[in-house]
Amino acid sequence: MRVILDDLGLDEGAHILVKRSLARVAVGEVVIIEGSAPELAVHLRGWCRAQGHEFLSEGASLRVRRGGAQVGRWRASEQAGQADQVVEHPAATWGLAGRSATIEAGAPAFDFPLHDRDELWADEASRLYAQAAAAQWDPATAIPWDAPFEHADEVEDAVVQIMTYLIENETAALVIPARFASQVHPHFREVMQLLAIQTADEARHIEVFTRRALLRRKQLGLSTVGAQASLKTLVDEPDFAMASFLLSVLGEGSFLSLLWFLHEHAPDAVTKEVARLAAQDEARHVAFGLAHLSRHIEKQPALKDSLAMAVHRRHDALSHTAGLNEEVFDALLLLAAGSWQPADMRLGWQRIQKLEREMDEGRQKRLRRLGFDDSHAAELSALHTRNFM
Amino acid sequence: MTNKIIMGAVAYDPKVVTIWDGFKAWFKERGLDFDYILYENYEHQVESHFKGHYDVAWNSPLAWLQVKAIASKLGRTAEAIAMRDTDCDLTSVIVVKAESPIRSIEDLRGKSIGVGAGDSPQATLIPLVHLAEAGLDPDTDLRVRRFDVLVGKHGDHIGGERDAALALMHGEVDACSMIDGNHLLFGRENTLPTGATRILTQTAEYDHCNFTVLDGAPVKALAQFRELLLSMSYEDAAVRPLLDLEGLKVWKPGRTDHYGLLERAVARFGTIDAFVEGVAARCG
Repeated sequence: MRVILDDLGLDEGAHILVKRSLARVAVGEVVIIEGSAPELAVHLRGWCRAQGHEFLSEGASLRVRRGGAQVGRWRASEQAGQADQVVEHPAATWGLAGRSATIEAGAPAFDFPLHDRDELWADEASRLYAQAAAAQWDPATAIPWDAPFEHADEVEDAVVQIMTYLIENETAALVIPARFASQVHPHFREVMQLLAIQTADEARHIEVFTRRALLRRKQLGLSTVGAQASLKTLVDEPDFAMASFLLSVLGEGSFLSLLWFLHEHAPDAVTKEVARLAAQDEARHVAFGLAHLSRHIEKQPALKDSLAMAVHRRHDALSHTAGLNEEVFDALLLLAAGSWQPADMRLGWQRIQKLEREMDEGRQKRLRRLGFDDSHAAELSALHTRNFM
Repeated sequence: MTNKIIMGAVAYDPKVVTIWDGFKAWFKERGLDFDYILYENYEHQVESHFKGHYDVAWNSPLAWLQVKAIASKLGRTAEAIAMRDTDCDLTSVIVVKAESPIRSIEDLRGKSIGVGAGDSPQATLIPLVHLAEAGLDPDTDLRVRRFDVLVGKHGDHIGGERDAALALMHGEVDACSMIDGNHLLFGRENTLPTGATRILTQTAEYDHCNFTVLDGAPVKALAQFRELLLSMSYEDAAVRPLLDLEGLKVWKPGRTDHYGLLERAVARFGTIDAFVEGVAARCG
């Protein structure tokens, strides 16, 4: 084997031509190097030493005997599964490498706590991620921020109070998938990506709710102990399945109804649109929660009991709190009524009751999809936090 | 009974601890109780060797010559039992700027040359003896500027060579010296941009570090140590990162017939005479 470098030096990229030729001969065989770069012999000597090849020179003839280091480096390597299949338990040493990459032996073991396929996988993850990526909207242009509106102070106060409440809920909904995204073994790339884009969704929601609240006001409204205590039980939940169940299936599920309610009854175009766009995103979050938990329960039926217990536990933990704060409830009522007229207020009240029924029905439906029977689903739905999320 | 061995090495970089802790664990798994002592400089390490503080030294080529000379004065024998593949057949080069009018060694007469630490074989002693043997006395025919990074480390630290190369690029010296591979390395890192310099001359081949033992060292334990070293494979994921850190692919049997150039340098410059006398007197 002979490689002709012309006047290209090893300090100009010639090493890649030498490497290519060496890769074509067996370990122990010799490649003849021809070139006229003035420093070629000096550089080739140093390069061979660093690469573990033998530098041979006889007068003007430069020759390199291929060493075994490169082959040795990859001898005990391992393939990180197949590109289009997930394994049950990916190796810790596959680390950050993508599926099907060749992993050098001796790679460090990463501690990704979520590494069991049954705990987190959903075949729908890939489709949901693609959908999410395609549905990303730009807060700067997707919302008609300049749409004209004039509200009475009390109505604007009500909108600001609801936004204040939505912001803290969406912050919980950001923090939780963000934490789990970093715990998922990257072998389950689609799940990791989905959690990441879910986090990005919530980042946008927080942005648009904040921006709407501050459109006519200099500060946000009230944040209560009850609301934060309720969200804290979600944030503190260390188990992925439990957190996903409480947040996505029950919480965001109920939130979906609330956002569509707001879209319908909001007093201005900006509020209507932020609610609509957020609701679209939340639907995907719920879909993923349902998908991976259904699969998880199918593989490990005992999980269902644990999920039910988590609802009871959370209910007990929150039994001393006030639930949905009065300010938020009243703000929703005012928006639902649309005026201070007693007759309108009655209508608004009826609409809120309908919203709560819809939330309950939605939760029951999703619980049944996870395999809970009718009465169990009704019982668990009733125990869901009065704070909606 | 488990063989026990203590090695002396110089801490020229924090990675030395990573390397030898790693090897220690690997040796232990193979039934060799290995420990090591780190020295701040080779002179202390060499003297401690004669005081019997450890069994085998990981020596620079200059330290090897120091041990050999002291042993000879004391009627003892020193042996190099192993070395890295990358310790064999090195050369050094003397580099000038591409546009420099210096075209031959003779053109260097009266000019300035940036070299490494005073005790660096590859960046100072060998390049200077190469010039001396070609007729340029470093004391009278050249203006030698030393870039003394970490004296006592015998040039193990690359900093002196890099500083000399930077001085060349800044026009502070007319030439500089370095180990052959560093010319390519400095090109990659843009210390010496491609095409900006020219290699004026290249020295003959020489060898670098080795594991040195003195007579009276524990034969069985050393034999096991050497055997284990030579058995280390780059295919073994447990030692490969350590071999990478130490800069080798494979350990080779020691050889001592490639230190002639450095021997001529220290003889000509008297580099180690006082030290050798001192240790011989104290350890005799």
